[in-house]
Amino acid sequence: MPTSPSEPVEAPQSARYDLAVVGAGPAGLAAAVTAADLGLRCVLLDGGRDTGGQYYRHPAPGLGAARPDRLHHGWSVYTGLADRLAAHERAERVRFRGGHQVWALERTADGFAVHVTRGPEAADRTTVPARSVLLATGAYERQLPFPGWTLPGVVTAGGAQAMLKAGLVLPGRRIVVAGSGPLLLAAASSLVTAGAEVPAVVEATDYLGYARRPGVLAAVPAKLVEGAGHGGVLLRHGVRLRPRSAVVEAHGTERVTAVTVARLDAEWRPVPGTERRIDCDAVAVGHGLLPQIDLATELGAATRTAPDGAVGLRVDARLRTTVPGLWSAGETNGVGGADLAIVEGELAAHAVADRVPKPALLRRRTRLRKFAELMAAAHRPGPGWTGWLRPDTDVCRCEEVPVARIREAVDELGAGDPRTVKLLTRAGMGWCQGRMCGPAVACLAGPGEPGPDRRPLACPVPLSQLAAGPSGEG
Amino acid sequence: MLKTQRPPLDVVVVGAGVVGAACAYYAARAGLTVAVVDRGPVAGGTTGAGEGNLLVSDKEPGPELDLALLSTRLWRELAERFGAAMEYEPKGGVVVSATAAGQDALRAFAAGQAAVGVTAEEVPAERLRDLEPHLAPGLAGGFHYPQDAQVQPALAAAHLLREARRMGAELITGETVTAVLRGPDGAVRGVRTDRRRLDAPAVVNAAGTWGGELARLAGAHLPVMPRRGFVLVTEPLPRIVRHKVYAADYVADVASGSAGLQTSAVVEGTPGGPVLIGASRERVGFDRTLSQEALRRLAAQAAALFPVLADVTVMRTYRGFRPYLPDHLPAIGEDPRVPGLHHACGHEGAGIGLAPATGLLISEQLTGKRPELDLAPFRADRFPADTGTDA
Repeated sequence: MPTSPSEPVEAPQSARYDLAVVGAGPAGLAAAVTAADLGLRCVLLDGGRDTGGQYYRHPAPGLGAARPDRLHHGWSVYTGLADRLAAHERAERVRFRGGHQVWALERTADGFAVHVTRGPEAADRTTVPARSVLLATGAYERQLPFPGWTLPGVVTAGGAQAMLKAGLVLPGRRIVVAGSGPLLLAAASSLVTAGAEVPAVVEATDYLGYARRPGVLAAVPAKLVEGAGHGGVLLRHGVRLRPRSAVVEAHGTERVTAVTVARLDAEWRPVPGTERRIDCDAVAVGHGLLPQIDLATELGAATRTAPDGAVGLRVDARLRTTVPGLWSAGETNGVGGADLAIVEGELAAHAVADRVPKPALLRRRTRLRKFAELMAAAHRPGPGWTGWLRPDTDVCRCEEVPVARIREAVDELGAGDPRTVKLLTRAGMGWCQGRMCGPAVACLAGPGEPGPDRRPLACPVPLSQLAAGPSGEG
Repeated sequence: MLKTQRPPLDVVVVGAGVVGAACAYYAARAGLTVAVVDRGPVAGGTTGAGEGNLLVSDKEPGPELDLALLSTRLWRELAERFGAAMEYEPKGGVVVSATAAGQDALRAFAAGQAAVGVTAEEVPAERLRDLEPHLAPGLAGGFHYPQDAQVQPALAAAHLLREARRMGAELITGETVTAVLRGPDGAVRGVRTDRRRLDAPAVVNAAGTWGGELARLAGAHLPVMPRRGFVLVTEPLPRIVRHKVYAADYVADVASGSAGLQTSAVVEGTPGGPVLIGASRERVGFDRTLSQEALRRLAAQAAALFPVLADVTVMRTYRGFRPYLPDHLPAIGEDPRVPGLHHACGHEGAGIGLAPATGLLISEQLTGKRPELDLAPFRADRFPADTGTDA
């Protein structure tokens, strides 16, 4: 038997938290400080070392970044939340626990046991008891494969931003930004500001989706200003926006040296004869974000499909999921950005504390949610994108499963859904557990709407920690 | 909407798991016209959650071991054609014992098995690490079962079905059987799905854990109950586990009828790299809740067998529901109460291994041949009507 390291007890049974917030990005931060304002005893858990999540990712102190605000839209909002958190921590109303990766939620007689791994380095686990749980686990990037996408130098759009925010490094000198969604403009804007050359922003849609509902857009002027801000930066740096186009191939042997860009028709099928080659030494590509909801779906929480095909949690006006005691705020309910996440975090905290929020907050949420739905609809991937795949294009890069094997599973072996494709090809069985290839596999598997992914372990857990068993359990 | 089939069907197989696939394969090979219907996809139920154990080592002499030995032969034949595609590995099993008393019990068990054709070689403690270099020190000894093998269950089902389709079988997925049609004489006439009617003089119940429900549609009592199991999957590793390795108490757990949680780690490597760690057993209906206790015990037992595993990472876990019948024997063959209804379900955790034998026996019965094994022990009417289900 492995000897189990003695486990620190986060809180004795008597000191069970009123609320465990999972994820310390905009939604979780806002929720934790608001809940503490309202008198709840909270613990805020995050796999990262610091608060901020992906959105407010910032350099490690050792890098001596003088002006992290220059990389961030709304940095003062973050510092405001962080200051409030610090005050609550001093008063012992909130505990922030960084490096705490939650891998499962377990329902107990009087709430939840939150199962946490502190990583293979710390090599221990802990179990946090809480009366209720707020899920603020954010989102991850949607990837659609293309020939050459596994070459070094091809990074995700969010990854490029994260590198910049956390390490102040650029993925290359001449970077093509491609895919779909508002993140592209933000990423391109950060990259050129940091000194990179961006020869093109290649966006698969034509942005007409926004124009169809001008009222919704006008109701959130900040979004217009934000968009205009990125647009201005890109204009000043001479960045060319290529709408209705896609990178259909990345070239190179050791690393990427060029891409082929083609026009797309309305269904996202590449239009033959429109290809053009653009030299570059990096590609930042992303197709928007997907809610990270494994912890909730494992408990059977109901989901909904957003207009962009992404599956998020179904919540009511008080941000309750269909699992009693489990709340959700921000991207987990459908991707909508940091402003919406903060509003939902505050609203959820009010609901957990059983307090009535200001009506203005509710109205703001409604406006921002509508905008989020509009944005999602505008960037929904068209079914024709599979037209740029080749039989030998790897779809699952962890397990190296090419398109041809997936098509064989569907056409010859009777797979008609992503789970069966996975069983028959190993696509999605590798390190990322299908987060990278899931959307592509779903498209190749057939016409059905993808259901929520089920991952009983939300992240890998050292076997010795599973063997040690939960701590502090009655 | 009613659709009629152009060539009249000889048999409808309900269930596209590995047992249904084997039934379809052998029936089609025997020249029958077959349709396979499943409410889900291929291998969508217990097959897709199985480890792919093809074991003789855990079975005491009796009807189940007879089936397993027949299957061992059939798997070898199948492997000649589909071996690589199904990831068939004749890797052998190693059963280990922690105590001298346990080793004595294994020896007695193996002697009984040897009498009916199982090859079992005693491995003294000092030679265990020749077979499995990473086994824990201090074990009392073990037995090597070269006939044990492994297959990737979903691939096995899919390739058997592909072959059946090449021979003319039809595969219908995503359709639920809503009724078993019977004539005035009580005999089966086919099934009705939520989309069509399939007329056939025979229906094979290969619905696995849901076989009791299908039997009920035909008016027959068959108390198939779910027995939940979890499997842990590690990160990809170099080949550190060569055989199927398990501790002697696995045999007792398999044979037990207890509803409570039982775990006895079965550890094995896979061609893909990850090590699979089964097998927990508990009767909790179709409750899908992740059991922390099951995970804890599986992990601890695996690390007790292979201390090196304590340092690896578990990437995922999955669960399944084995089709459990109270006496641990499957139901195979025509139901004496419902002419034309052939059962091929209730194999509990041995369904992957026993699938080819089941399929062959069913096809022999369907074509009027004398089945290779006596089907009497597998009769579906062996359970009193008051045997409840806990599903």
